[in-house]
Amino acid sequence: MNWADASAGWSWNPLTDLQQIWAFPFMVNAFRAGTVVAVLAAVMGWFMVLRRQSFAGHTLAVVSFPGAACATLLGIGAGFGYFAFCVGGALVIAAIPRAGQGGSGQESALTGTVQAFLLACGFLFVALYKGFLGGVNSLLFGSFLGITTDQVVVLTIVAALALGVLAVIGRPLLFASVDENVATGRGVPVRALSVAFLVLLGTATAEASQITGTLLVFALLVMPAAAAQQLTARPATSLALSVLIAIAVTWTGLIAAYYSPYPIGFYVTTFAFAGYVLARATRTLTAAVGRHRMVGAGALA
Amino acid sequence: MSTVNPATRLGDLVRHRVPAQPAGPQPSRSSAVSLRGAGVRVGGRALWSGVDLEVGAGEFVAVLGPNGVGKSTLVKMLLGILPPAAGEVRVLGEAPGRAGHRVGYLPQRRSFDASLRIRGTDIVRLGLDGDRWGVPLPVPARFSAWRRAARDRIADVVELVGASAYAHRPIGECSGGEQQRLLIAQALVRDPELLLLDEPLDSLDLSHQGAVAALIGRICREAGVSVVMVAHDVNPILPWLDRVVYIAEGGAVAGRPQEVITTETLSRLYGVPVEVLRTSDGRLVVVGQPEPPAVHTDRHGEGGRP
Repeated sequence: MNWADASAGWSWNPLTDLQQIWAFPFMVNAFRAGTVVAVLAAVMGWFMVLRRQSFAGHTLAVVSFPGAACATLLGIGAGFGYFAFCVGGALVIAAIPRAGQGGSGQESALTGTVQAFLLACGFLFVALYKGFLGGVNSLLFGSFLGITTDQVVVLTIVAALALGVLAVIGRPLLFASVDENVATGRGVPVRALSVAFLVLLGTATAEASQITGTLLVFALLVMPAAAAQQLTARPATSLALSVLIAIAVTWTGLIAAYYSPYPIGFYVTTFAFAGYVLARATRTLTAAVGRHRMVGAGALA
Repeated sequence: MSTVNPATRLGDLVRHRVPAQPAGPQPSRSSAVSLRGAGVRVGGRALWSGVDLEVGAGEFVAVLGPNGVGKSTLVKMLLGILPPAAGEVRVLGEAPGRAGHRVGYLPQRRSFDASLRIRGTDIVRLGLDGDRWGVPLPVPARFSAWRRAARDRIADVVELVGASAYAHRPIGECSGGEQQRLLIAQALVRDPELLLLDEPLDSLDLSHQGAVAALIGRICREAGVSVVMVAHDVNPILPWLDRVVYIAEGGAVAGRPQEVITTETLSRLYGVPVEVLRTSDGRLVVVGQPEPPAVHTDRHGEGGRP
């Protein structure tokens, strides 16, 4: 495999390897940023999967591409573009009335329309800024190079704020996500929570886009959460599992990308995909074994 | 549903202008629900108006009527989600929506999505503290009296509805009847004084309808909880009913089912000849009851979006 050739010392000793990787400040920053992003994306993604708003999440991620391109064109930091467009996009999606649970065709169509238009705008921005074409790949598919300490600080502050807000609204949000009608009857502000969640989701996608790229943001938003929800139906456990899986795939992705010439987006996505497949297989197997046992017990009784 | 529902319906009572019962005017004391000349509009359209109703403590009241007349809307008004367009509405002595956890609510529903990965106990738990801000700290139950109390309360109420065997399974994997029992547990977990149930028997097959109806009747009798249940078919709950409210286009009548399930009363309510038949096993069948134009297509939009 490529690791063997390219490894300037892949030693199969994780400690030595990590020490070697962390000797480079840019790799330390990559790990810090990756971890922050993984935690935030996993938590927001968990609610997103539960609320069946994956399409909204994808749209927010795609919208971050024109955001970054626009910011680059204007000569300001790409990070500002990510956040401005993602949060703006979240407010637009929130303004579209959500007709009942399970989403509606209209929501999907409108969201998709906005998404396609903004993606095209992003391409225009790239064309307008001629010298920037080389950066398109990393905008779309992610890059872990050149993350500065300042960026890590910004990412951490934003993530802490977002998680803090989520901690406050978490329980009513869960209630409103699973059982909108009863929550309304209990006086939970369902609509306001939905808007707040979309803004938080926009923040999370803006952060994740900076590591995985705007097209592969699902790797951190959907896959860990979906895998965790396959493994357990206990809310607290599956939330924790989701975070663990996200951190695990980010770290392994970073390590793999360090030792090989291929992009990080590919590795993170692939590992997350493998995690989902494993989780799904585990669940199918457990269910089959459970049925078998029950049939066995029934036969004995 | 087609075998029972369209033709079978109970009838009852006394025009709302006539005092429903001799003991009519004792509302302010202990009534769970009190409507005086209440009316409601949805999307600019008056669904019904001039409705008077008193539900006493521990009474079991059914709200009946054709599809689309605004039965669910009545429940939403009692919850404070929709404001009354006219009249006075009191729920447990307060304005609608003010009584908080003293009211348990079970909405009209389709079943949970089969892929929803949340346990039945978590659903019940949300009924207990789901409207609180913040997230519970992951402190083990043995260090927290509140968590222990919550756990015991949930276990008790799950036991009460007979759902212990499947409450730990993801709710999406439970059958319609199992989900309905868990949702009743959710509505009961805060020990409400009033239960508002919107067609809780609707998605169940006949045997489960009887069992769930018996469960609700038992809770009403034994725990003294007042129950207001929107129903499509009165027969499964007939043995437990104290009173019925029949909503028709524009108006409503309320009274004791035994007194009023008559051909005359229903004919008077609808203004067209209607016949109430009693089968040999005591079931009631209403023949000739007018249905609004959009008979079964608007069931789930009823009251919400006309």
